[in-house]
Amino acid sequence: MRESRIGAWIAMIIGTLYFLLPLIATFEFSLRLKRGEYSFEAYRVVFSDPRFRDSFSYSVTQALATIAVGLIIVVPTAYWVRLRAPQLRPLIEFITLLPLVIPAIVIVFGYLRIFNSSSLIPLTDTSLGTDALLMFGYVTLALPYLYRAIDTGLQAIDVRTLTESAESLGANTFTILAHVILPNIRAAVLSGAFLTFAIVIGEFTFAALLNRPAFGPYLQLIGANRAYEPSALAIMAFLVTWACMGLMQLFGRGVRMPATDTR
Amino acid sequence: MAWLGVAPFLVFAFLFLLWPTTTLVVGAFQNAQGEFTLDNLASLTQPSILNAYWLSIRISAASALLGGVMGFALAYAAVSGGLPRWIRPTLTTFSGVASNFAGVPLAFAFIATLGRTGLVTTLLVQLFDFNLYHTGFTILSFWGLTITYLYFQIPLMVLILTPALDGLKKEWREAASILGASSLQYWLRVAIPILWPSLLGAVLLLFANAFGAVATAYALTGSSLNIVPILLFAQIRGDVLHNPNLGYALALGMIVITALSNLAYIWLRTWSERWVK
Repeated sequence: MRESRIGAWIAMIIGTLYFLLPLIATFEFSLRLKRGEYSFEAYRVVFSDPRFRDSFSYSVTQALATIAVGLIIVVPTAYWVRLRAPQLRPLIEFITLLPLVIPAIVIVFGYLRIFNSSSLIPLTDTSLGTDALLMFGYVTLALPYLYRAIDTGLQAIDVRTLTESAESLGANTFTILAHVILPNIRAAVLSGAFLTFAIVIGEFTFAALLNRPAFGPYLQLIGANRAYEPSALAIMAFLVTWACMGLMQLFGRGVRMPATDTR
Repeated sequence: MAWLGVAPFLVFAFLFLLWPTTTLVVGAFQNAQGEFTLDNLASLTQPSILNAYWLSIRISAASALLGGVMGFALAYAAVSGGLPRWIRPTLTTFSGVASNFAGVPLAFAFIATLGRTGLVTTLLVQLFDFNLYHTGFTILSFWGLTITYLYFQIPLMVLILTPALDGLKKEWREAASILGASSLQYWLRVAIPILWPSLLGAVLLLFANAFGAVATAYALTGSSLNIVPILLFAQIRGDVLHNPNLGYALALGMIVITALSNLAYIWLRTWSERWVK
């Protein structure tokens, strides 16, 4: 057993080096804007750039809208499948896994073909329409994770008994979903929401091809034109991802997340 | 009645997932006049497109195989390597973060690390007088992209494989060693035969994961590396192939490749779940 323990340590040390070195390098690089000394100048430059604030708040808004619309679509569906239509489960699960199979760039390519200005539903004609299209695209991207999170949450509670007791007290379906089911799967909802946030906040392909002023395309633009600011932005993006995952684990404790299917 | 409750979901899925994809698939079999043709598929065999597919496949395969091996080593070390207890949850949490830390920021991180003036490049020169860039390496190359992709591939492998390794019971190893099996025999005769569907399945998933990735490659290399997602990106932006329907065929090729590897993954996973109970 001794040699395997040495091997385990070696694997762990190499892994740690590979994963920490880029973070250290990026951080070090981000401090080098001022010649000859370390400073947070690159961060100051980034924060004072109005395009940073605009694109970041645009993406935060997109993420929040994605979470809200995603939940409105996913929670009733997962609830209904569990309670009334278990025979549809394989079909619904298959559809929710499709965004992992079809590359995002292909999906957005399809959007540009069917929602363009000469089509039946010309969403890309107006900026509001394109914003909505981008949001629906993000719901699609988040679907596999959101559905699995909510479904796992529903699995852990007694959906049938809760529904029947609420019904016998005179609640309608909306009341049941909003006031009985949702509070009971709060942990699952929150962990799905944080994962969705992490996916949307720096997304590049959809936003760039739909030509929306999101954070992802802004990052790319800065990367192509500046030297030190990109590193500062990468550190910030890493912290945001870390925060989302940390919050997800914190709230999702007890909810088994489908970590096995992460992208 | 059963369908009624899922109707909003199906409408959503049709509008934003199924219809857009089907349109592209149909478009791949049409010419500019909308007539049926196989010309677009045949045009995929022109050298520049074939090269793009080949390079994409090689990068995805290299990052999937290396990511698979390293992810396996890390996951195995954490699960049964006899390391301190805190290592496993730390590794899982970090893998959750790193597998989601992809896209444009990841490209920045590797430029700061292995770029021409990156920290590791500079350190190698200072400490060992070894200039990475004299060996022909650049971050904008096959290996540059592969090493960068490993940053999300390895953690993904760790996340997929940890449950499978948990299914590898301690008793099997003890039983094997009581019966006189060496470590190598245990691996070849017990562990690998049980694990290989999980391993292969995970590697296939990693392959599809890398094959569809756009943002990291685009931010890292611009359009200098001819891989399929980048080519498709340029095609969508400005019809660089001068034939919209050929663009649809290019997309169809991507769907076929990622779909096949995902289907094989799902099939292998159902197969491996017999053991991992």
